[in-house]
This record gives sequence, C-alpha cells and structure tokens, in this order.
Amino acid sequence: MKLSFSTKVFAMVLSAGLVAGCSSTGENMEDEAYGSDVQAIGGDDGSTVYGGDDGDGVSSGVLSDEERQAAREQAEQQALRDITTFYFDFDTSEIKQEARDVLVAHARYLADNPRQQVRLEGHADDRGTKEYNLALGERRANAIQRFLIVNGASRGQMETVSYGEEKPAVRGTSDSARAQNRRVELIFQ
Amino acid sequence: MTQKTSCHKTTVKMLLTGWLAAMMLSAGNASAELLIRITEGANSAIPVSVVPFAESGAMPPGDKVSSIVQGDLTMSGEFRTLEPSKMLSLPSKGSDVYFRDWRMLGQRYVLVGELTRSGDRVHARYELFDVNQEKRILGETAAAGVGSVRTLAHHISDRIYEAITGEPGVFSTKLAYVTVSGEGDQMRYRLQVSDVDGKRAKIRLESREPILSPAWSPDGKKLAYVSFETGKPAIYVHELSSGQRDKVADFSGLNSAPAWSEDGQSLLMTLSRDGNAEIYQMDLASRKTTKLTNHWAIDTEPAWDYANKGIYFTSDRSGGPQIYFMERPGAEPRRITFGSRYNARPRPDNKGEYVYYVHQRDRAFHIARTNLKTGDESIITRTESDESPSVSPNGRLLIYATGQNGASVLTVVSADGGAAYSLPAADGDVREPAWGPITR
Repeated sequence: MKLSFSTKVFAMVLSAGLVAGCSSTGENMEDEAYGSDVQAIGGDDGSTVYGGDDGDGVSSGVLSDEERQAAREQAEQQALRDITTFYFDFDTSEIKQEARDVLVAHARYLADNPRQQVRLEGHADDRGTKEYNLALGERRANAIQRFLIVNGASRGQMETVSYGEEKPAVRGTSDSARAQNRRVELIFQ
Repeated sequence: MTQKTSCHKTTVKMLLTGWLAAMMLSAGNASAELLIRITEGANSAIPVSVVPFAESGAMPPGDKVSSIVQGDLTMSGEFRTLEPSKMLSLPSKGSDVYFRDWRMLGQRYVLVGELTRSGDRVHARYELFDVNQEKRILGETAAAGVGSVRTLAHHISDRIYEAITGEPGVFSTKLAYVTVSGEGDQMRYRLQVSDVDGKRAKIRLESREPILSPAWSPDGKKLAYVSFETGKPAIYVHELSSGQRDKVADFSGLNSAPAWSEDGQSLLMTLSRDGNAEIYQMDLASRKTTKLTNHWAIDTEPAWDYANKGIYFTSDRSGGPQIYFMERPGAEPRRITFGSRYNARPRPDNKGEYVYYVHQRDRAFHIARTNLKTGDESIITRTESDESPSVSPNGRLLIYATGQNGASVLTVVSADGGAAYSLPAADGDVREPAWGPITR
C-alpha cells in the first residue's frame, strides 16, 4: 500500500512536470484576442507542493509527511473539483480570477486521467440576440477549454457545445438570475 | 376571431437522430393557435368600412370572410375599420352604395361583396369604392374551397391593401416561429407555421432540445433552421409540403444563423469549425462552403441586402456587437451602427431604405432602425426586452419577440413603430418569428 501510494505521489510529481511542460506549448496556442484568458499557472504551485528534490530520500518519516501532505493536497484538489460551473460577466469570456485554481485542479485531474472525457457547455444570459449569444457561449466554452489545455488537459478529452441563452440555469430576468446563467458547465462523462 | 380549428391526431413520425429524437408532425396537424391582441392603432389610420358580405348558399361555420378581411386591415395598423353596427346601410353591390352616407360616417373607402356557394367552392365578388371620389377602384372575383375561406379572405385583404396603398399586401403570407412549453423533462420546442394573424398554426417540428432561427426560402416552400436535437446545433433544410428534411451543416462547433439567397440555391450561415465564429456561404446542391469573413471576433447573424449583393451581419470586432455591411461577399466590412454599445441581428428591408436590429439603450433592448441614406438611427419599439426582428416582405410591418409578464410573445408593429398587435402563445413562450415571403 505504501508502495502504491508513493507511486501515486511520483505520478503527481510527473504530472506537475507536465503542467510546466505544457505551459510553453499553451502559450504558443495563445490567441491575441484572448490573451488575458489564457495563462498557464506557473510551476510554482506544483513545485511548492511536490518539490521534486524530495523524491530521492525515501525514509519512512519523510514519506509519511509526504503522504499526509499528498492526502491533504488530494482532498483540497477534490474539494476544488466539486466546483464545475464557472461564471462570466456580461458579453465577456474572461475567466474570473477566483475560477483559476479550480480550473487548474480540473486540468490536473484530466491530465492524470487521460481517459476521462468532459463536455464543456457554454451559456449566456437572456439579454441580447440568440445567435450572438450562441457564439458568446461558444467563446466562453473555448476559453475554458484553452485554459484546461494550457494547464495539462488534452484537447481530445474535451468536447464543447454552446447553448447560448436557450438553457438558463435559473429562470427569470433579475441580475442574480442572469449572473447565474452566464456560465460554462463542466460535465464529466 | 376566437374560433379554433379542431385538433386531430395524425401520424407522428419519429426521426432517429442519435440520443434525442425530434418529432415531425405531418402537414395536416393543427395546434394551439396564437391569440391576437391589437394593442394600438396608428393615428394616421385610414377609415375603411368592410360591409358584411351577402351570402347565397350554405357557408362553412367559423369566421365570416368579411370579418377576417376587417381583422386583417385593422391588424395592419394602417386602417381603422367601422363596426357594422354603426353602418347606415349594408349594401352588397355597387349600385346600392350611397356615398353621402359613408362620407357622413367619415369613411374614405367602402368594401362591399357577396359570396356564393357552388359545390365545394365559395365564390366571392367584391368591389372597393373611394368615397371622396365616388369611384369604384377595384372590382374582382375570387374563389376557394369551402375549407379555405381564410385563404380567400386574406387574398381579398391583399387586393384591397394594394389598391389603396400601392404596395402588395402581406395577409396571405405565413409566419414561422418557435413555441416553448413545459418544464424539465416535459419541455418541448415546437417549430410552427401560421397565417400572419396567428390562425391555422401547424406544428412542423417538435423536439426536447432548442430550435432556433427559422428562415424562409424565397419561394416559401422550405424552412432552414437550427436544431439541437442531436445535442449540438446543426442546420436543417425542411420542405414544408413533404416534411422531408436534410441536415445540411453539422460541422464541429457552431452551425447557426441560416439565411437564404434570393435564388434559393445557397445559405449564408455561421460556422466555427475553424475555431471561431465566421460567416460562410454554402451552395446547397454541392454543400460546398465558402468563407466570407475572417476575423478573430464573433461574426454572425448574416442577412442579404435588398439587392442580394451585400451582406449585413453582427460582429464584435470593435469590442461589442455592432452591425457591419460587406458590399459583396468577402469585401472589407463597413460599420453601420454607432449609437450604443450593443447592436445585433440586422434585418434589412426590401427597398434598401432601412436596416432593423436589436439595440441596447440603458438597460433595455429595443428594436431600432438606421436610415441607410442618412445614417440616422431611431428606436421603433417601446417594449424593453426585444429580440429577433423580421421585416414583412412589403417592408411595412415588423414582427419581433418581446418579454411580456414573464413570457415571450410576438409583437407586430408598423415599420415606423406607430401601430402594434401582439400574438401571445396560448401556453408558454413564442419566439423567433420569421415573416415568410409573398408567394403567388
């Protein structure tokens, strides 16, 4: 059991490396128009948590710390991944700052589970025209998709679809209803 | 005006389309009709008297031809009709029309006529008089099957409209629209076609998934639309008489906003198969597509101009959605709207005078139009969450969808915003109106 856990940790280290590796690829993909949306989360997160140097010194004490650390980290990541809906301001596809850690957790999970498929559904609120909102919903789903790719997920794991304003999460025309309708939902399959 | 056609069951064909099935209903199927409610008339409305037609032989039950004509003329907002109870006489022939009486009642025109049943057909003979000039300006006959007296009435309305205004009438044209009812698993989207007064509605497609953007072919025989029945948007072309349909665009990403060319041979559409929403033209015979815009922004909602040479569309290349015009496919677009930060879904008229679109002012979305010669913009609706403008084929009326008491209804206004009537669905929302062409 210990062995399998350390293997897991090792895999996580690897995946942290993959994140760093992918970020440069990601920057190449970056579209001028969406510059602000697509930013790889730097290697900082990964290296702080999984510090690559620790891997060699396998003593039970250290590993136990690592185990606790990894378990805590895993729980945190799991908690982050409970969030699967991401919200947007009116007529924008800019990913909000507070969504970034959550999306990084999803990207890591997808990187660790290459067979996992996810459907990204983009939505808009009821204001404006239906066809423009259809394109806006797609732009939002694409922004999330690019962010996930830049942070380690692969394009083949994802499918995007826009429903525009056709499938509101909340009925009504209040500011709060509209805010909840401008969203991208990640649906793991 | 409240009579409803009976709802009878016909065969329902199931179409196997992946994990969601859309139901197509055969052409004979009736459905819940829209209820017409005239909200206001224009001050400049022309006074017309439609005298109840004389009848010989048994007439089919339901609305009288003359009352349908009266409803049509009132609905247009351009006429004010006199109630028969206020008429001093009820002539059915020109020789019985006393102009002095009608002048006294302030009438400009008088329509008289009679209907004759002959076998399974109804024949109409009708005459229109100009009261001031004391002159007959129209005298015609027309006939239709007993089951089609509404068709006969709308034809008469068109002839009268044209005789008085010089423009073709649009009372015989059709509307396509989408109704939405039910919640959750019971939610149903229904693509319907009806007369312009909301009567004789028929369901053409029923689905659990959204249906959007119906667009009429120039001959009025087909509809192109976007349906999500396979779980993603695809464009279909649907022949109304046979119910046969083709999925013409199902590329990855968006397949949306279809618009027919005047010759019916091609569709403009929005595709994002290369990663971004661009406008394409698809030749329907070969399914070959040509990319007409190429910009990182959203380009969508294309529409040919009146001359079928240039293309209006929505683009957010300047930051927010605005209306642009390409003088020919692929030309450098020119921005048309500047008045506010949100202008979308352009619909040009049939004369090259105006382009209509959805326009945000403060927190409200109205329908506005820009005069293409002067560049002047005016807001023509007073409602506040307006969408989907569609111009009547004679350029005189505009239909759009708007929120009313929490539901979406269709509203028709005169092109200058002066008069209006609304068509609320009996149940649920009605949206995405598309005004059909004049077919003769």
